[in-house]
Amino acid sequence: MITTKGLTKVYRSRGREVRALDDVDLHVQPGEVYGVVGTSGAGKSTLIRCVNLLERPTAGSVTVDGVELTALSGGEERAGRELREARRRIGMVFQHFNLLASRTVQQNVELPLEIIGLDRRERRRKAAELLDLVGLADKGRSYPSQLSGGQKQRVGIARALAGDPKVLLSDEATSALDPETTRSILKLLRELNERLGLTVLLITHEMEVIKSVCDSAALMRGGRVVESGRLTDLLADGRSQIARDLFPLGDFASGHVGRTVLEITFQGDAPAQPFVSQLARTYQIDINILGAAVETIAGRMVGRMRVELPGSHTDNVVPIGYLREQGLQVDVLDPANGAAA
Amino acid sequence: MTWDQMWELMWPATWETLGMVGIATVATIVIGLPLGLLLVLTDRGGLLQNLAVSRVLGVIVNVGRSIPFIILIIALIPFTRWLVGTTLGWQAASVPLAIGAIPFFARLVETSVREVDPGLVEALKAMGAGTATIVRKALLPEALSSLVASLTTTVIALIGYSAMAGAVGGGGLGNLAVTYGYLRFETAFMWVIVAEIVIIVTVLQTVGDFTARRLSHRGDYRSPLAMFRSATAKPDDTEEDLLSSH
Repeated sequence: MITTKGLTKVYRSRGREVRALDDVDLHVQPGEVYGVVGTSGAGKSTLIRCVNLLERPTAGSVTVDGVELTALSGGEERAGRELREARRRIGMVFQHFNLLASRTVQQNVELPLEIIGLDRRERRRKAAELLDLVGLADKGRSYPSQLSGGQKQRVGIARALAGDPKVLLSDEATSALDPETTRSILKLLRELNERLGLTVLLITHEMEVIKSVCDSAALMRGGRVVESGRLTDLLADGRSQIARDLFPLGDFASGHVGRTVLEITFQGDAPAQPFVSQLARTYQIDINILGAAVETIAGRMVGRMRVELPGSHTDNVVPIGYLREQGLQVDVLDPANGAAA
Repeated sequence: MTWDQMWELMWPATWETLGMVGIATVATIVIGLPLGLLLVLTDRGGLLQNLAVSRVLGVIVNVGRSIPFIILIIALIPFTRWLVGTTLGWQAASVPLAIGAIPFFARLVETSVREVDPGLVEALKAMGAGTATIVRKALLPEALSSLVASLTTTVIALIGYSAMAGAVGGGGLGNLAVTYGYLRFETAFMWVIVAEIVIIVTVLQTVGDFTARRLSHRGDYRSPLAMFRSATAKPDDTEEDLLSSH
């Protein structure tokens, strides 16, 4: 649904060059929620703004829903007619909501419809429908200044959906909100994604956001995508930085020298199996649990556990094989520093 | 001088003042508003970025604002004569008034429009709006409250200038104050005229503040007069409304 190829953005100011995006390839499948995560300055904001060409990339291409936007005319300041029409099919929500203070909630939602050129009656009907969808049916006559942050973002979402977009871009939409409001907004995004088949590309600096709504994720650092893929695949990959960040076990004890430390990741139905006690009973070994966590990620139960077995790695080949047979992801840690061997 | 005598002179002079200020105000809005907008739009990062145009406009505005008004009146005599046919009377006086106020207002418009959150411009761009739509749907409506406040300031400055224009043959209250009050030593009459001008200014400021506040839905616009009121009255009730409505 959204594809970027070799996307590069270089800012030049006073002779200095800043490479905000460096050869970014992104593939967002139709109907999925795709999260781009990274610290501030990693280039995520530039990336999402390049997708609807609010920033024109220095090199590379952007294709949204089969239309190559980078091929359409118009710069950052003045967009050509074709680009403006393409943008109408891409909704966008912002960190600071960007609602017009001079308009009521209803009028804010009507704004994109005015731009499309819908008549007054149709606009009203559609705006009321959208406000109902985001749970603000009774707030149409209020002004944005009378709403809370979460309500403002709901208006922002309703407005972004006004043009019946297939794609929704979310630029740190929950970063200005408290944790509880964040959850409710994310839940709304997920619902919209499921009910309307909306493809969502969101950027965030919070792993929590990725964990609760995303199907796929990309990690950005220094303008590059370091890692990307479906969350379920990433979690199955012991070397994945995203999986590690989603599931920080680093604080847990790293075990003792001369013993074997395993990191076990399980997904889906695996948690239902009492594999620890089975292992202990089958092989008559004492298992020391160093740490464990279970979370729901992308709608699936995912757990990770760090356990310590007596004896060296070679002594434990058989138990490890048993665990892998159970469909568990097992990584043997180097006991000295706790990193995956 | 009796009150009746004063009234007979003041009534037409008041209308002359309001007439020249009115015409100048209309001209100022018609020319100053687009000029102020262009200053923002053509500037670096603007929607119609064009640094050459921006610089030329900036210079014109700065020169216009630098010329002392009394010199502007004299310098504009040929232009006024060409436009109005005479250089005397309130109709003629409205020409230099407008020329003097346009750059002043344009700068205020520029400031007001710059204060509009750039995020809104971005949001409209993301919706597929063109420049004209962004100006019409976002920049002007969002700056409206501030524009009204700027216009109030401009009109009051025009009333001050109109007294000066009056002194050099433009008619109006200024002319009256100088010819009777100053040249004929009718000091009492002069103070009556000054008092009238004070009343006109106060009324305009109050109406302007009220309008600006009504147009502002942010709940953060505070009129300059509010600080006098707040000494006795309770804080602005709009803020309380906002807090309680959450």
